[in-house]
Formats: sequence, structure tokens, C-alpha cells
Amino acid sequence: MGKIKILVGYASCGIAAGAGKVYETLLDIRNNEHADFELKKTGCIGMCFREPLIEVIDESGAYLYGGVDEARTMEIYTKHVKLDEPVKEYLVKTDLFETGDENFFRRQIKIALRNCGVIDPEQIAEYIETGGYSAIGKILIENLSQEQVIQMVMDSGLRGRGGGGFSTGLKWRFAYNSPGKDKYVICNADEGDPGAFMDRSLLEGDPHAVIEGMIIGAYCIGANEGVIYCRAEYPLAIKRLNIAIEQAREKGFLGKNIFGKENFHFDMYVKEGAGAFVCGEETALIASIEGERGMPRRRPPFPAVSGLYKKPTNINNVETWANVPWIISNGPEKYAQYGTEKSKGTKVFALAGKINNGGLVEVPMGITIKDIIFELGGGIQGGKQFKAVQLGGPSGGCIPSYLSNTIVDYDSVNATGAIMGSGGMVVMDETTCMVDMAKFFLDFTQKESCGKCTFCRIGTKRMLEILVRITEGKGKEEDIAVLEELSQKIKDNSLCGLGQTAPNPVLTTLKYFRDEYIAHIVEKRCPAKVCKPLLTYTVIPEKCTGCTVCAKNCPTNCISGARKEIHFIDQEACIKCGMCFTKCKFDAIHIE
Amino acid sequence: MRISRIPPLKGEESVIEDYQLVREKVQKYKGKKGATIPVLQSIQEVFGFLPSGILKSASADLGLPLSDMYGVATFYAQFRFSPVGKHIIKVCHGTACHVQNANAITDALEEVLDIRDGETTPDGLFTLESVACLGCCSLAPVMMIGNNTYGKLTASSCAKVIRDIRSNENN
Repeated sequence: MGKIKILVGYASCGIAAGAGKVYETLLDIRNNEHADFELKKTGCIGMCFREPLIEVIDESGAYLYGGVDEARTMEIYTKHVKLDEPVKEYLVKTDLFETGDENFFRRQIKIALRNCGVIDPEQIAEYIETGGYSAIGKILIENLSQEQVIQMVMDSGLRGRGGGGFSTGLKWRFAYNSPGKDKYVICNADEGDPGAFMDRSLLEGDPHAVIEGMIIGAYCIGANEGVIYCRAEYPLAIKRLNIAIEQAREKGFLGKNIFGKENFHFDMYVKEGAGAFVCGEETALIASIEGERGMPRRRPPFPAVSGLYKKPTNINNVETWANVPWIISNGPEKYAQYGTEKSKGTKVFALAGKINNGGLVEVPMGITIKDIIFELGGGIQGGKQFKAVQLGGPSGGCIPSYLSNTIVDYDSVNATGAIMGSGGMVVMDETTCMVDMAKFFLDFTQKESCGKCTFCRIGTKRMLEILVRITEGKGKEEDIAVLEELSQKIKDNSLCGLGQTAPNPVLTTLKYFRDEYIAHIVEKRCPAKVCKPLLTYTVIPEKCTGCTVCAKNCPTNCISGARKEIHFIDQEACIKCGMCFTKCKFDAIHIE
Repeated sequence: MRISRIPPLKGEESVIEDYQLVREKVQKYKGKKGATIPVLQSIQEVFGFLPSGILKSASADLGLPLSDMYGVATFYAQFRFSPVGKHIIKVCHGTACHVQNANAITDALEEVLDIRDGETTPDGLFTLESVACLGCCSLAPVMMIGNNTYGKLTASSCAKVIRDIRSNENN
């Protein structure tokens, strides 16, 4: 009998859910019982909603178990590993029977995430076993020219996965055509968009794919140094990248005369960011690597002409780089067979918010938003009403439920006023207030504005003030017009993407949820019951038992009533903290 | 805007500002391109914040203008100018956590710790912080204390985490 393999999903979210204890339990079992199974840590399997996950692979196939803890791990070991009887209750994916979670996988096509959750990211041998470093090997051994490889990337139709959607091949060609001896390639891993974790999962799960992509890019444009700019909030990704770079160096994939190719020298290092969203912008990122304040500068000249240390530089996002080796190995035609006419290939999305199956999915371009949310995502939590989905983070917008037949490709999403962005998809239901969402994003961009452009610096501040006022019930009728005017001016007069897109969350909510703004401003009412100053708390006489819990917990003592008598809230003194609602055990507090 | 992060100068005198503790660490960046951020990161790694005396010493030692160091330090959210508590509580306020009511988590922590967001408890045990995104969106709402991440929080479960840490500290 072959040796049984047990894989533990060991990315940040798995660890947060308790994968550490599961792994230790398995280690203990192996040590104490002299059990003969292979145990390894792997990256993100994608099913965050079932974490912690372990996969048992034996002769008959692969069995993925979800929601495991120490006791269940023990049980799985005793039954499955020892007695060869899989524990059906905890299975989330198997060939034996339908577990109900199949829809999460059915439409997925894993290209960028091909190795995530499959290999141990800290072992270069496992990456090589799955065909890793054969793409750069093929290029160098078969002596493909720089132009030939760039043409392959062009033919694949790959577009920048960081959100811009610019043709990757074209970008490389610009950098290739730029004269100069010293050139750089950079990987943008400054995933600052709140609500997105694709890049983190990829770096934690398959760092070598990104490194190999960068080596190929370096060969094409003629760079000899690379930088991975990764945000400091991702310690595990940084650790695994550094391990991977060291291993690649030992194997000779980084360094001098790579694959024996004379004069092809390339090495790279990881640069930790220091917490500034604007550093996701190319020119700000370059300033940050140079040790300056991360403030964008005017383009042109584009980084392809004058980038890091004023040398020609090519910057791509994590997911873009990870796609490159696959395209070279499998051929551009194969990549281009997925997707739509203008958006080829697949895209990774991070599903979060009020969705049942939160996690990481990779789907072909052209799938509808509805299919992602209801088929893969399993619909809305608690059977509530789907209201909108936020795409593109602070630079993006909210797409309302009635447009959920929109397909995901760059052009279709842009047409709604949102942007594709880096792939964060935050789902909202009837209990989400859209004015509050707009306020949330403006608060973010306002804080993250670098302050260089007047309209971004002051305009976002003024917009935020107006939104705060509206959510406090002090909105004026002219506010909507002022918001629209400021939005246009900020878009027109900002230098970088942060400023140019900052008004998008407000513009899209004004476009699709104008009635909510009007309800706040004119009727002084928050339909989603989120904006506290607009709420009224009253006691429902039929349900009140007179238990006095609400009165005891009220911080302003504005609830009156003797024991076993119906209580009363003094609206004048009520500060709308919601404490009575939270504390009442009889659902006797009504919010309007 | 980021300039609002320039802090009032106070309460730094009480900290032992021994430059020798970081001298070796920062000297390897001497004369290197783009060294400012790693230098500041090394100092903060040792002291937990950026003491003004150390910045002055490092500036003189490495030949980096002090104004440049402050310019960079005030720009990035990572850098602090006052001492922090032993446990830094980072409450995620990313989009997914916001939708799952992260405000209630911060409110509950403010109540149990009796401090406001951004402050440190008088006993120096806890600092409460709001952060943009911890990248564990599917476990929202989330907080991180040290290297431990706590997911799917409620007002009562996050208060319990604090009480547990506190009782461990007292034992």
C-alpha cells in the first residue's frame, strides 16, 4: 500500500481558524503512534468558509475534510487512516458522493491558483515536480528570443490583474524597447484594497510561480534586478517569499548565467511596505522602494521609460506574474480559449461579506456575477435579500442586484461604473446601508490621500463631511448636487488612480441607490436601519415582560417602568446606542 | 490626509533611549539606496516606536537628514511616535469586516478596556488600534493580537479574549 498523504491548509486564514492545532495534533499522532503517513503544510485551498481544512490522499483518491478541529482530526485519523473508512460527515469534497459543496468547485478553472493548496509552498522540489521552472527552462534552453516570448504573452491576451487591465505583453514590449543597460522588474504585492486577499493567498500558497513569472519578465525586457514590494501586514507571505527566493538561488534559477544562458543574470529581493494604500500606484510604489514618501508623480514618463532609480522598469501585479509561467508552458492559445473577446483567461476573486461560501475562487472571464454569488458562493447568509456587490474596493463601485447578470470582464464591469479592480467582491444584503458604505470608502480614501493634489486632499474631505452629515440626519437637499460636482472635479484634477477613482463609491451608489440618499436627507430615515442617529427605538407593549434589563443597561437612564410593567423609552434623552435592543431577550425593542 | 498623523511630542523622556541597541542593525544600511524605510523599521522593531533621540542619533550616524526621516515616518501608517502597550489589538475595519459590523467590536473593546481607539491602557498592557484590512475577510469580523488572529467575533467573544489575556498576565 502506498503511503498516505495528509495535507493541512496552512495559509493565514486557515491558521486563524485553527489549522495550527490541527497540524500539531497530526504531528503528535505521527510521533506517538509511529504512524506512517506523510504530513505537509500547503497553501490556501480556497474554501475559507470550511476552514480548517485537511486533505487525506490515499490510493483510492483525495478526500477533503472541512471544519476540522483536534477531536475531529483524531477521529479522521482513527477511522480513515487506520481503518480505511472515510468519515463522511466531515467530507466537503470526494469522489464517493455529493457533499453539497460541489458547486463551489464546478465552474472553477485554476491557472494562477494551480498549485495553491496542492503543494507545500516552502519546498521548491514540489513546485518543480508540478512542472515549475520548466517555463523559463524551455525559453532558455530552446533559445526563444525576447520578442518571441513577448509575442506569446501578447497572444495570450493577458491583461494586468491589479485592476488596470492594461495588456501585459504590450507593457513588456515598452520596457523591452526602452534603451538602457540597467532595467528592473517589480512585483506589486501591496494589496491594500480592504476586502481583497487574492495576492496574499497566492504568495502564501505558491511563491515560486510569482518568482518564475518575474524571471521570465526579466529575461524579456532585459532586467537584472527584481523587487517584490509586499505589504508588511502579510508576515507569512514575506516569510515564504524569502524562503522561496533563497531556494531558487540555491538551484541556480536566480543568480548568474541562469540555465547556463550566458549573460542572463537576475536576482531579486523582497521589500516590505510600511502601510500606505497609495503605494499600490506604480509611481508611488517606486518612490517608496527608493525610500521616499510614497507620493505618485506625473506620467509620462511611464515607468517603462523612467522607473525605479530612473531606469526602465516593468511593474506587474502578483496574479499577473503567476499566470505567466502557465502561459509559456501550455501555450498562449490555451490561455486565450478561456474568457471573452477582450478579456482572456481567468480571474481570481475573493468572496466576502454577507455570502455563505466566503473564500477564494478562480473563474473564467465572462461568468456572470449572479453565478459567482449564487452558484459558487452559495447565496446570501441567513436567506436574506441580495442587495448589491462591491467590486474594486475604494476605487470601485457597488453593482445592484438587478444588474447581477453582468458578466465579469474589464469592459462590462466598467460599463456599470464599478471597476474590475484586483478582485475583491464584497456582497451586501438588505441590512447594508449604501450611504454608510459610501461614507466608509470615502473615509478610507480621505485618510489615504497622499495630499499632493488639492482636489483629492480637500475634495475627499469635504465629500466625507457631507456624507457624515447625511448619515446623522442633517443632510440638506442640495447635498446630492454638491457631491456630484465635487466628484467630477476630483476625477478631473487628480494625478493618480487613487484620486481619479475615489468618488466612484459615491457615484455608483448615487446612480443605483439614490432613493436611499433621499430617504436619509428628506425623510430622515435609514431604510437599512444602520445609521444610528436616524433610528427610533420603541418598546413593543405586547412583547415587553417588564424584566427591567433594558432599563438597567441604558447608559442614559432614559427607560422608565417598574418591574413587570411595560417599559417606556424617553425619545428626548435616548442616545440611540442600541443597548436595549441588544440586551432584550424578548425581542421587545422595535427599531424604525 | 496623512499629514494629520504628525503627533504631539510628549512622554518620550521616560524611555531608555540607547542607540547602541540598534546601531549595528542600522549601520548595514549606511550609504545604501532606499535605506530610510528599513532603518526606521529596524528602530521600531527594537523600541516598539520611534524615539526622537534615536532618530537624531541615527540621522547623525548614517548621514540621513532628520527631516527626511520624519517626512517618511509620518507618511506611513506603520510608524509610531509614542510607546505602545504590551499587546497591540488590531481590529480590522476592512470592507468585509465593516459590513459584518466591526464598529460593534471596537465599541465593545473600548468599553472593556476603558480606552478610546488608538489609546493605550494605563497599565501598559493593551493598545487598541483600527487597521484597514488583515486579509482574513471570510472570517469577518476579525482582530489580531500579536500573531494570533481571532475571527467571527461578537461583542462578547472579543471581550472574553481580553479578559483571558488579562488573567494570564496577572497570574
